[in-house]
Amino acid sequence: MEFFRNANIDFLGKKWYFLAFSLVFSVAGVFSMAFWHGIPYGVDFRGGTLVYVKFAQTPDNNVIRASMDRAGLRNARIQSYGSAGSNEVLIDVSEQETNEQALDRGKTQIINALETNAPSGKQDLNNSSFLTVKTFLLQKDPLRLGTDADQRYTAQAQAIVNYRDKVKSGVLQSMDELKTAVDPAVVASLSDGFFLSNFGVRNVEIVGPQVGSQLRRQALLATAYSLAGMLVYLAFRFEWIYGVAAVITVFHDTLITVGAFSLLNKEISLTVIAAILTLIGYSNNDTIVVFDRIRENLKLMRREKLSDIVNRSINQTLSRTILTAGLTFLTVLALYLFGGEVLKGFSLALVIGILIGTYSSIAIAAPILVAYQDWRAERGKPVALAAAARDANRREKVKAKV
Amino acid sequence: MNKNLGWKLIVIAGTLLFFLFGIIGIPEKWSGSGLVAGLQNRIHLGLDLKGGTHLILQVQVNDAVNVDSDNAVERLKTDLRARKIFADITKPDPVNNPDKVVLKGVPPESSSDLRSLVSDRLPEYDLTSGADNTWTVSMKAQALADLKNRAVTQAIETIRNRIDQLGVSEPIIEEHGLGQYQILVQLPGVDDPGRVKEIMQSTAMLQIRQSFGGPYPSEQAALQDKGGVLPPDQMLLPGRSIGPNAGEGGQTWYLISRASAVTGRDLRAADQTRDENGQPAVSFTLTGEGGRRFASFTGSHVGDNLAVVLDNKVQEVAVIKDQIHDQGVINGRFTEQETKDLSMILRSGALPAGIKYLEERTVGPSLGSDSIRAGVTAAVIGMLAVLIFMLVYYHAAGINADIALILNLIILLGFLGYSGATLTLPGIAGVILTVGMGVDSNVLIFERIREELRNGKTPPSAVEQGFGHAWITIVDTHVTTIVSAIILFIFGTGPVRGFAVTLSFGLFANLFTAVFVSRVIFDWLLSRKLRGEALSIG
Repeated sequence: MEFFRNANIDFLGKKWYFLAFSLVFSVAGVFSMAFWHGIPYGVDFRGGTLVYVKFAQTPDNNVIRASMDRAGLRNARIQSYGSAGSNEVLIDVSEQETNEQALDRGKTQIINALETNAPSGKQDLNNSSFLTVKTFLLQKDPLRLGTDADQRYTAQAQAIVNYRDKVKSGVLQSMDELKTAVDPAVVASLSDGFFLSNFGVRNVEIVGPQVGSQLRRQALLATAYSLAGMLVYLAFRFEWIYGVAAVITVFHDTLITVGAFSLLNKEISLTVIAAILTLIGYSNNDTIVVFDRIRENLKLMRREKLSDIVNRSINQTLSRTILTAGLTFLTVLALYLFGGEVLKGFSLALVIGILIGTYSSIAIAAPILVAYQDWRAERGKPVALAAAARDANRREKVKAKV
Repeated sequence: MNKNLGWKLIVIAGTLLFFLFGIIGIPEKWSGSGLVAGLQNRIHLGLDLKGGTHLILQVQVNDAVNVDSDNAVERLKTDLRARKIFADITKPDPVNNPDKVVLKGVPPESSSDLRSLVSDRLPEYDLTSGADNTWTVSMKAQALADLKNRAVTQAIETIRNRIDQLGVSEPIIEEHGLGQYQILVQLPGVDDPGRVKEIMQSTAMLQIRQSFGGPYPSEQAALQDKGGVLPPDQMLLPGRSIGPNAGEGGQTWYLISRASAVTGRDLRAADQTRDENGQPAVSFTLTGEGGRRFASFTGSHVGDNLAVVLDNKVQEVAVIKDQIHDQGVINGRFTEQETKDLSMILRSGALPAGIKYLEERTVGPSLGSDSIRAGVTAAVIGMLAVLIFMLVYYHAAGINADIALILNLIILLGFLGYSGATLTLPGIAGVILTVGMGVDSNVLIFERIREELRNGKTPPSAVEQGFGHAWITIVDTHVTTIVSAIILFIFGTGPVRGFAVTLSFGLFANLFTAVFVSRVIFDWLLSRKLRGEALSIG
């Protein structure tokens, strides 16, 4: 089985189509970033408080918003999170509420606002720490252990917390559910000190303004260093024009990916930046494979035009390019579909990035090389690429003969 | 072509076993659960997979500088008074320039005295003159930087002590590179950050100072009592408890000396105890040097009032009945838990400066286990998709690629086990990506082999050419991706670093499996074929 056996597509000829396609998406992305959704910074970069809550039953976002308003959190953003039926909600309180004088005030307010039916004197078992449960059991001593109590109750408390978290995803609906995990006497005693709210906090992210701006700077620096490193390595292994072509290609890929996030209004978090840096590496890989073939063919095909050599190189590597792109895309698609909510932004960036990265090696990097050399040849300047030099030489010889 | 084929196969088998051991160690039971237990022992899970709390705090180093300059002010006052030089000594800007002390009204004749005083008694400070007989004393730049860095190091030690006493397993407490005077604290398995933060944050700055007046119901009342102006060596501090003289809000105020007779640094031990009334209290013991100073202070102040100040709040005030040496008891309406926490905080040493929280992330264990499940599912599905595709597209050679891929995964996980690196959720994604990018090397080689076969080369020659040509490209692509990963590692935080680590390990492993292992398998296959028999490569 083989795709692309002896392919012979004139890629360079279609370069204006490619350019148009790239321009459309780049401009759309830039427009969205400038005028529409802007750059959707995640909490890592803009600061703020995010509380991820899982409810026992399907929550009504309006009810939640009303509780937040009552607690004075007027700008809280409530968003359903995760797959349908997971009953998860993300509560996002803006930067103003998150200042470093009392960093976790937003979180405390949110949790207090959600705990609407708390009987006084009792703690919420769905949001209690292991230590709280153990301390209560040690005090209550429902199994009448006396000595040796510490070890037994540590195990019981651990079992309770593990059952709640690993089996019930963090939310118990009734105390009886615990009977399968621990001694019934222990379960009975729990009701004396604990009640069950209808939610469990799964994840909290609080980023102060200082850290937010630090991380923004780090992300920018990392991207800049990546690009610089690429330029240097390629200039060293090939010639500097190859480096420039690769950098422009990668810049194009990043722009379209970030633009896509802006168009789709998906948040850019730290892991998304990691994905973008990875796709820079991937797109570079792709470009290098084509460049390697071009370099090899330049030595072999001594009598052909540069554009023919480049076309031939692309066609020869087409099989490999599409295959690798396809296989990597398969794995990243698996990640996007099955990898869970936390990695959604990351995997989306990779899905887009791999498609664009593959396309750009053929559609952007190669044409830049050729266009640059043609431009230099026309100006009569000394030419870097050997083939273009030969073309210019031959033209001189032909003129001289005549 | 049996050249060293036997040895090469042994090397591969050895590598396989070596890295398998890295993943599961020697499991206690050779069963499903035994293997999983072995796995859990060797592979460290990050916070986002295990659950826990991640904090970034900033040490308020100016607090520590203020303490030092306050002591400098006291020393200046005592010494100047001894030489009968009277000057007005203030700190004009304790918030932004905590090391700056200004002296006004120093008579010109005394300037040489002042200079020798500063160079003898305050060697870390510089003296500069200003207009109108004013002088400025400020810390030398190097001394200032040293003091601030020492404050951070000390803060890390103190926090580590406190967290150790809490019994958190494998905590990470280290200086955070991203900003100034920042500390990173990671506490796996801690699902209640509130209590931990309180314990960490308490500066537990214990000071025993002289009390000149109080309790006053408000700051104004205290000022009135002193005729509107506070004496320069005294300050107002709020009291902790509600007393009979409380004003609205229950806040009382005391007039306390600026200097301390004894501080937390002089503490040798602190314990939970009960006072004369059976109420929870904290007992403390001073060091030898501290005890001597305390004895001399109390000896010369019999009949005066002593205030125990904790974190700049007056804990209790007592009359000095007679000389106290090195033991004492602090009470002040504590609960049992408060005395336990307080004595633990005092034992761990005082924080040299206050801390402010800049970032807090708490991953619940329920999310952690869900993440593991999702990550592993995606990895298995992705891997299966690739394995099956390679078989279909490359036929028998696909088995070659699949073996290389599986070996790649084992080596990668083994690396993780041996190095003790942390596996995070992006790290699992990195494993998945390694599978996708790793197979690229095989594709490069196989496509080249196909091309050579099409051009009429014999199988052995095609294999040779295929590996030879593809090698350069493989090196190029791996190096550039590894450079990307290194940059991610340098600039990234915990989860992103996990990703960079698995990606790099995976690529290194790939260099070995795609080139060496695949080649050995091809050679072995070829050695068993007859001359002219075709190579099954799709």
